[in-house]
Amino acid sequence: MSDRPFILGGLIVFVAFVTTPVWRDVSTRRIALVAPEIKLPAQEKHCVAPISYMRTSHMQLLDEWREDVVRDQQRQYVAYDGKVYDKSLTRTCLGCHGSRGEFCDRCHSYSGVSTLNCWSCHNDSPLAARSVR
Amino acid sequence: MKITRKQFLRLSGLSVIAVAAKKLLRTRTASGANSEGEKAVRWGMAIDLQKCRQKEGCNGCIKACHSAHNVPQFADRAHEVKWIWKQPFEEVFPFAQTQYTREIFAGSPVLLMCNHCDDPPCQDVCPVGATWRRDDGVVTVDFHRCIGCRYCMAACPYGSRSFNWQDPRPAITTVNADFPTRTKGVVEKCNFCEERLAKKLAPACVEACEEKALLFGDLEQPDSEIRKVLRSRFAVQRKPELGTGPSVYYLI
Repeated sequence: MSDRPFILGGLIVFVAFVTTPVWRDVSTRRIALVAPEIKLPAQEKHCVAPISYMRTSHMQLLDEWREDVVRDQQRQYVAYDGKVYDKSLTRTCLGCHGSRGEFCDRCHSYSGVSTLNCWSCHNDSPLAARSVR
Repeated sequence: MKITRKQFLRLSGLSVIAVAAKKLLRTRTASGANSEGEKAVRWGMAIDLQKCRQKEGCNGCIKACHSAHNVPQFADRAHEVKWIWKQPFEEVFPFAQTQYTREIFAGSPVLLMCNHCDDPPCQDVCPVGATWRRDDGVVTVDFHRCIGCRYCMAACPYGSRSFNWQDPRPAITTVNADFPTRTKGVVEKCNFCEERLAKKLAPACVEACEEKALLFGDLEQPDSEIRKVLRSRFAVQRKPELGTGPSVYYLI
């Protein structure tokens, strides 16, 4: 019977140890999950494809554009609404979306998706057509 | 039902004729579509060395090309990146000199660039298919695909290719936003201004040359300007004995 405090003490330590994740979770401050603020183009209402498609499949579209321009010399893209666009990341995409930092990067960093290294070669400042470094 | 021998022969004969007729019709329509399609193009250049020599120290074409294509300028020659450049005559055409011509041609610069070969060795050795000859004769590089192994640089007999040993961006003074820069670890070279050809413009070097020493045109068209010049004047290619079939000709 003299072992009772040891057994009880051991049990309490065990339970406290096993439930540490719960206590840690309770003790940390809550972070509110807010969807990333993406700056949408002011003057244009339509993208080169419906928004739902662009949201899920813009990478496929960009990949196709790249193959078309580099491999097949097809530089014009006829959109779903009949409008014709240049297949150009700097001119067409950033021409509307303006800043890569306020559009591409915000969503990509929010969802933890690494960007392909587009911008190590492609110019991300379309407004300064001939910028002096 | 019983088929007589005569009926069997008649039937099989008819089917053979039917199949042959269908094949014939198909090849006829296919060749018809081909002749109506786009004519074969092979872009080429003729460089008039007499005109090129006129103004000493003139680098207009080189400057125009390198600023249009964001070619970095490194001070260290080991890191040099070049699309179009000059080398002394005796290095370029060692076969075309005698002890007397040496007196006038020695040290006179010859303009060099990618020869856009008919059978480019760089294309053959590229392990990832990042470089290839287009149907119009332009040999291009897909910078997205290039893994930087530099086999193409070893294969090219003209030294037309450069490797980016370091990030080229800091070494570009004026960035042309319409053309991508390259990144560390890819090979680059002259692309015959394919981005300008798509807009029906002549290459930047041709446009920049005030002496009109560079002539650009379609080698497949017998009545094109370049073919007329190549017919009327003596022209040489670089290292023709290798069988690469350069598209750049030099009017001596």
